[in-house]
Amino acid sequence: MRWKPPLWLLYSSAADAERYGGFEPTWRLEGCSCRHAPCESEGFRSATVMTAQSCPRQHCATTMDSAALEPSLYTVKAVFILDNDGNRLLSKYYDPELYPSMKEQKNFELNVFNKTHKADNEIAFLEGMTIVYKSSIDLFFYVVGSAQENELMLMAVLNCLFESVSQMLRKNVEKRTLLDNMDGVFLVVDEIIDGGVILESDPQQVIEKVNYRCLSEQAYGFVLFDYITGNMEGQGERRQLL
Amino acid sequence: MIKKFDKKDEESGSGSNPFQHLEKSAVLQEARIFNETPINPRRCLHILTKIIYLLNQGEHFGTTEATEAFFAMTRLFQSNDQTLRRMCYLTIKEMANISEDVIIVTSSLTKDMTGKEDVYRGPAIRALCRITDTTMLQAIERYMKQAIVDKVPSVSSSALVSSLHMVKMSFDVVKRWVNEAQEAASSDNIMVQYHALGLLYHLRKNDRLAVTKMLNKFTKSGLKSPFAYCMMIRIASKLLEETEGGHDSPLFDFIESCLRNKHEMVVYEAASAIVHMPNCTARELAPAVSVLQLFCSSPKAALRYAAVRTLNKVAMKHPSAVTACNLDLENLITDSNRSIATLAITTLLKTGSESSVDRLMKQISSFVSEISDEFKVVVVQAISALCQKYPRKHSVMMNFLSNMLRDDGGFEYKRAIVDCIISIIEENPESKETGLAHLCEFIEDCEHTVLATKILHLLGKEGPRTPTPSKYIRFIFNRVVLESEAVRAAAVSALAKFGAQNDDLLPSVLVLMKRCMMDSDDEVRDRATFYMNVLQQKQKALNAAYIFNGLSVSVPGLEKSLHQYTLEPSEKPFDMKTVPLATAPITEQKTEIAPVATSKLPEKLAPSRQDIYQEQLAAIPEFKGLGPLFKSSEPVQLTEAETEYVVRCIKHTFANHMIFQFDCTNTLNDQLLQRVLVQMEPSEAYEVLNYVPAPSLPYSQPSSCYSLVRLPEDDPTAVSCTFSCTMKYLVRDCDPNTGEPDDDGYDDEYVLEDLEVTVADHIQKVLKPNFGAAWDEIGDDNEKEETFALATVRTLDEAVNNIISFLGMQPCERSDKVPENKNSHVLFLAGVFRGGHDVLVRARLALADGVTMQVTVRSTDENVVDVILASVG
Repeated sequence: MRWKPPLWLLYSSAADAERYGGFEPTWRLEGCSCRHAPCESEGFRSATVMTAQSCPRQHCATTMDSAALEPSLYTVKAVFILDNDGNRLLSKYYDPELYPSMKEQKNFELNVFNKTHKADNEIAFLEGMTIVYKSSIDLFFYVVGSAQENELMLMAVLNCLFESVSQMLRKNVEKRTLLDNMDGVFLVVDEIIDGGVILESDPQQVIEKVNYRCLSEQAYGFVLFDYITGNMEGQGERRQLL
Repeated sequence: MIKKFDKKDEESGSGSNPFQHLEKSAVLQEARIFNETPINPRRCLHILTKIIYLLNQGEHFGTTEATEAFFAMTRLFQSNDQTLRRMCYLTIKEMANISEDVIIVTSSLTKDMTGKEDVYRGPAIRALCRITDTTMLQAIERYMKQAIVDKVPSVSSSALVSSLHMVKMSFDVVKRWVNEAQEAASSDNIMVQYHALGLLYHLRKNDRLAVTKMLNKFTKSGLKSPFAYCMMIRIASKLLEETEGGHDSPLFDFIESCLRNKHEMVVYEAASAIVHMPNCTARELAPAVSVLQLFCSSPKAALRYAAVRTLNKVAMKHPSAVTACNLDLENLITDSNRSIATLAITTLLKTGSESSVDRLMKQISSFVSEISDEFKVVVVQAISALCQKYPRKHSVMMNFLSNMLRDDGGFEYKRAIVDCIISIIEENPESKETGLAHLCEFIEDCEHTVLATKILHLLGKEGPRTPTPSKYIRFIFNRVVLESEAVRAAAVSALAKFGAQNDDLLPSVLVLMKRCMMDSDDEVRDRATFYMNVLQQKQKALNAAYIFNGLSVSVPGLEKSLHQYTLEPSEKPFDMKTVPLATAPITEQKTEIAPVATSKLPEKLAPSRQDIYQEQLAAIPEFKGLGPLFKSSEPVQLTEAETEYVVRCIKHTFANHMIFQFDCTNTLNDQLLQRVLVQMEPSEAYEVLNYVPAPSLPYSQPSSCYSLVRLPEDDPTAVSCTFSCTMKYLVRDCDPNTGEPDDDGYDDEYVLEDLEVTVADHIQKVLKPNFGAAWDEIGDDNEKEETFALATVRTLDEAVNNIISFLGMQPCERSDKVPENKNSHVLFLAGVFRGGHDVLVRARLALADGVTMQVTVRSTDENVVDVILASVG
């Protein structure tokens, strides 16, 4: 028979003994409660229990306490665009520590979506992260930063993203048009944020840099325009397309 | 291809996703057209988009297939279609980690980055730096330097940001680009300024002087970018924090001047920086608070949120500074963004008067179900703080908390509530019964084992002392019937406490215990059997020792001793006294008003400090056979802070010996010390047995030497002693740069401050959860009593603190907190004297002109009583 340790060996004598000074049946926290994958896998069986301190997410979530922010250009933790069912259309995570696996990322996105899609509140605080967002018809744009981040900086990024996409899609900010011009959206995001650093915050500049020709209903005019300006490249393709 | 796609989608209705049913293998199949000549940019573009889309959705690409697609993609560099080229860069970045040999595109990218097409240059730099490693970086260094100072802003920005990413990888190379970055910082473009500032800071952040200089320069030259200003504010506040500079420094002036910047972002950053500064006075806060007040009425939700969150922060430390904003905060209570409303209310709860509490609580309960757990925790913390401020409001709070407890919520949230209720109960005896009732109700339906056991323990502790203990029995026994093993075991322990303390309940408890003895889990059975037998003896002393006051040894220590015992089994039974005692926590009560404490309790399972020392000392052969380490003191400084050598001492007490551990640091970079030891001259009958020198003490590497001292056996009352200490060592001068020492050295010595051993070094703190029971258990065999007058002490608080720190014993029953406006107080102290004798002290204090103190000491050993009384006098 396998030797089973008596229960009191498993009790944490730390936090609660501190409170009660006793040797009392308070269970060790079973892993970290944040449902962060490594925290969950480190159950209370393992010798090194994942605690709130060792969890990379650091649980500012529950405290909202902000220590002074280390000066850094890495402002944006993640950016994503979801459709009206909470499905990911585009998402970029810039902090490899935060949600390293795809499953966690999608869980996070879904959680954020569920908490935000009903009311257009512009800003939320979830899982220890400041999230600013904006919606348009059937699209939701999110920019995520740490709890200590300057909310207005995140807003500047969100506005730039939204404005750039909107200009590029000629104000048709809806799922269908966006997907038809997905390459352009990828390029826009690439021009606004590079590895978490804000690269550009002026939508006009972004549009100029991307220099993307929108593919939409007005494409006839485009063909004509291309024809007149002598830009023959890709025209065959376009004709085929119409 | 695209056409087909479109048709199908139009049929199935617009708004559906053309990428929805993409198959990875099909897309990779399609990617073969990359090899066709001439290149068809449209189609290739579409396929690249699909690949990136798939990667973005989290589709897994195997190395081989990724490499294949990547190599095919490289052919697309032949086309001059702008968007296609840009998508190629993106693909390179996305695939940099999954494909092999991505470096083959280096030359193409280098060509684009130095080419004529400005549109390509920036993105090409970013893609190139993504695939570059340290060795290749040397090759492109020249181009990077040129790009940083390029007059096209997008090129310069891209180069700066990419350099920043590469700082982590190859700091030394990037450091050579400082001059270029400096030049870029004076660019007209705001983003270039920002990126240059960021890079410069990252390159210099370890050199405080350089950072200060840089900051000075930029604050004078006046950058235009609001982002750069935010960055400078952060750097300035970090510098202020590090230097602990006063708030009259130019850095603080700079931050304050940013409050008048025209960008809201900068103004907010400055306000938040001021608020987060430690020890800021109300006057310094005022301008920051007033800009935040303005933001409260902004139409932008993000700005209101930012403002009220920061004000909430201010309210924790300086509630009075925020009172001016109360009106604005009131308007935010009904904000449609519930996060803002919650923060506004919790801020008002901190700043408002007692009369407004009821109204605010009502308001908050109207929407508490709509907010996220994170904010609910904020609300609970605010309530917890409020209860300490207005103890009379506990009934309102308790009601509110119990309602919250019934709602749905995650573990953190429930734990915050339970902690809050427990702290109210502890602060406020009147609220005990209602609080316990709410908690009883909560455990009836509680899915969190941790919380259930915690509450059961509390019930066991507090329940028996209430007027009607019997009503808790039902709740506890229900747990035995319904819950998991851990909770059942906790419930059995709680039951036993009722049986031990309330004689009239004992028969019924015994009946219940009997039932528990048939439990399916062996731990529960063991406990039940154990308690059953103890209770049947009906002896107060046994109850106190085994039911109320549990073990007081350190758990890792016990584990280690038992392990040792099983390795070397002997005839003798295992002796509990050989196990080191648990070091009682230094702060028993919760930190004052800081509401964060609830969720910040560290669940540290690392061995305690003392366990670490025990291990270190056991490794030294000279110290074998001293027995378990009894107590380690806090470090005592034996030198001034800024001297040549810094020495601090930790006193380790054993049953009959003491070890003094001297942690020495050499702060002279032109000296190497060897054979360092501290010679000690005792004033009393203490005998220095042995010195263990530190073999070598190089510049700024701390090292320890030890002295072993035997305590006088014939005179147990000699507990205090003064040692005069001299550090002796061999000096060898050395080259400050290389650290190479000269061949010969000379002996030298350095006089340290005297070291005192006091009675507190002989006593280990032990918490007795039930002091009364422990007092009875020891009995009055060795009781002695004496009365003292403390003439120099003016308040009871001061007297209590003095006694605790002098005797080094653990205050029990929260008796270290003197209630306000009282003239008398009783302090209970518990501890274990060296050698394992329990000692309890009851000090009755009365305040007249000075403080009069009647001390009663009980111990299992008569000498100990004498020692304590002698030392108090």
